Amino acid sequence: MTIGPAARDPAVARWAAGTLAVLLLTMFVALPLAAVFTEALRRGWGTVMEAYADPDAKAAIWLTLLVAAIAVPVNTLGGIAAAWCVAKYEFRGKRLLVALIELPFSVSPVISGMVFVLVFGAQGWLGPWLQAHDVQIVFALPGLVLATVFVTFPFVARTLIPLMQEQGRAEEEAAATLGASGWQSFRLVTLPNVKWALLSGVLLCNARAMGEFGAVSVVSGHIRGETNTMPLHVEILYNEYQFAAAFAVAALLALLALVTLCAKTVLERISGRRGEIA
Amino acid sequence: MSLALPASRRPGHSVARRRDALPGFGLSLGVTLAWLSLVVLVPLSALALRPWELGVAGVLGVLSDPRVLAALRLSFGTALMAALLNLPLGLLVAWVLVRWRFPGRRLLDAMVDLPFALPTAVAGLALTALFAPNGWLGAPLKAIGVTVAYTPLGVFVAMMFVGVPFAVRTVEPVLRDLGTEAEEAAATLGASRAQALLRVVLPALAPALLTGFGLAFARAVGEYGSVIFIAGNRPMVSEIAPLVIVQRLEGFDYAGAAAIGLAMLGMSFLVLLLTGLVQAWLRPGRRA
Repeated sequence: MTIGPAARDPAVARWAAGTLAVLLLTMFVALPLAAVFTEALRRGWGTVMEAYADPDAKAAIWLTLLVAAIAVPVNTLGGIAAAWCVAKYEFRGKRLLVALIELPFSVSPVISGMVFVLVFGAQGWLGPWLQAHDVQIVFALPGLVLATVFVTFPFVARTLIPLMQEQGRAEEEAAATLGASGWQSFRLVTLPNVKWALLSGVLLCNARAMGEFGAVSVVSGHIRGETNTMPLHVEILYNEYQFAAAFAVAALLALLALVTLCAKTVLERISGRRGEIA
Repeated sequence: MSLALPASRRPGHSVARRRDALPGFGLSLGVTLAWLSLVVLVPLSALALRPWELGVAGVLGVLSDPRVLAALRLSFGTALMAALLNLPLGLLVAWVLVRWRFPGRRLLDAMVDLPFALPTAVAGLALTALFAPNGWLGAPLKAIGVTVAYTPLGVFVAMMFVGVPFAVRTVEPVLRDLGTEAEEAAATLGASRAQALLRVVLPALAPALLTGFGLAFARAVGEYGSVIFIAGNRPMVSEIAPLVIVQRLEGFDYAGAAAIGLAMLGMSFLVLLLTGLVQAWLRPGRRA
């Protein structure tokens, strides 16, 4: 941006503001990150590797990957469907639909988990029926997946909607006049147009799915080696004063966040478009 | 939010509705509604209905429990403070990112998103390590008599941390689109730099600042993972409302937990509604 002389602040003010911004962000954001890696490596690499080799840690890592592997595709498909009908058509209640899709973002993670306990828990609406039929949802994998789907619900839809609205429907209509079926025009026209935004939405969805704590904590039951995801494993280790191991697993999650941010930055450069994160 | 014309005002609408050139409306809307209902609406309706098993008096009884009241006060009071303090911080960072080019700007830019991307349990552990009495920031703070970890101040620090990206990212695009022409025009008309900033730039940013405030508040008030490690969780002192919900659920008091959850949601939406009303009131043209 070129700034005319009248809107230019004195160099002193710029330096002061710049230094303050860097200082505050470093203190608030970079230092905590550095603390995670420092604490993890405090007792050396051996302890870190030991923490990963622990059977409970391995089970937690696998469970985290499994939950994300189910929740992310579900929300990707749902997000694409939602973006398609919101961006390409006009209908009554569209604003309400968009507001409802974004609703999970303004609900506390604990409440997001609790709603599934209220429905499927021992004293939930369906609890007695589920018990009679020997189906476990809460304190088992299905509950973890449901809670994760809830908290990561809006990511894909909200990255796609603004972009697809901007692109309009002219290209798809042209494809239709040329004889393309709906599926063909989606696959050959729409998808290539939104692929980078879609990928970025999926990445953010995945990062949140793997890192979610509050919602899964409520539905997990904390059964070691069975219903503990990585973030929950971190908490258990920490509460047992196994600090080195807790920070080692936490460092793995922090790495995931860093990789996600790097990938998002690269995607923004490729597509020349700034994704909205918040 | 869509700003498109209502369907009925679009030319050729009735034809389009009868046989749309683009197929897939029914399918995509059906999938969306099924997905939304199953995962979000039905479970949330349980939250709206379950508390009333206790009767109105029972719900009021749960909410007037001193421990619950203290937790709600801490969660909402601290979240409001954190969101408010995030505003100047967010504005400052957004300003620096938009207006100035300096080495390391990209790194600063990436740092802003970190609290959003970092899993909350990791953030909680990290902040606790940092602000613990022997931590990098905790030790110097202790020397001047300030204790952050395991106090309500720790809750505040964690809530500020999670709000940073919201405060910055809502203001930044508006500031970028605003450009500098208006300020320059104000300067040529004889305004001082302070006048130009206060009376030209700030009003233009006000709606975005309010949005940022609302988002940072909503995130902070429900925050669990980053807070519980650093809070110390002493009942009546540093115990947040989501933690009280978790404890009630662990004691199988579903209705009581749901009552607190419903109260939290209601109060958050009230704050967001008020923010929206102020925003509508600030909109240029409506004020004239």
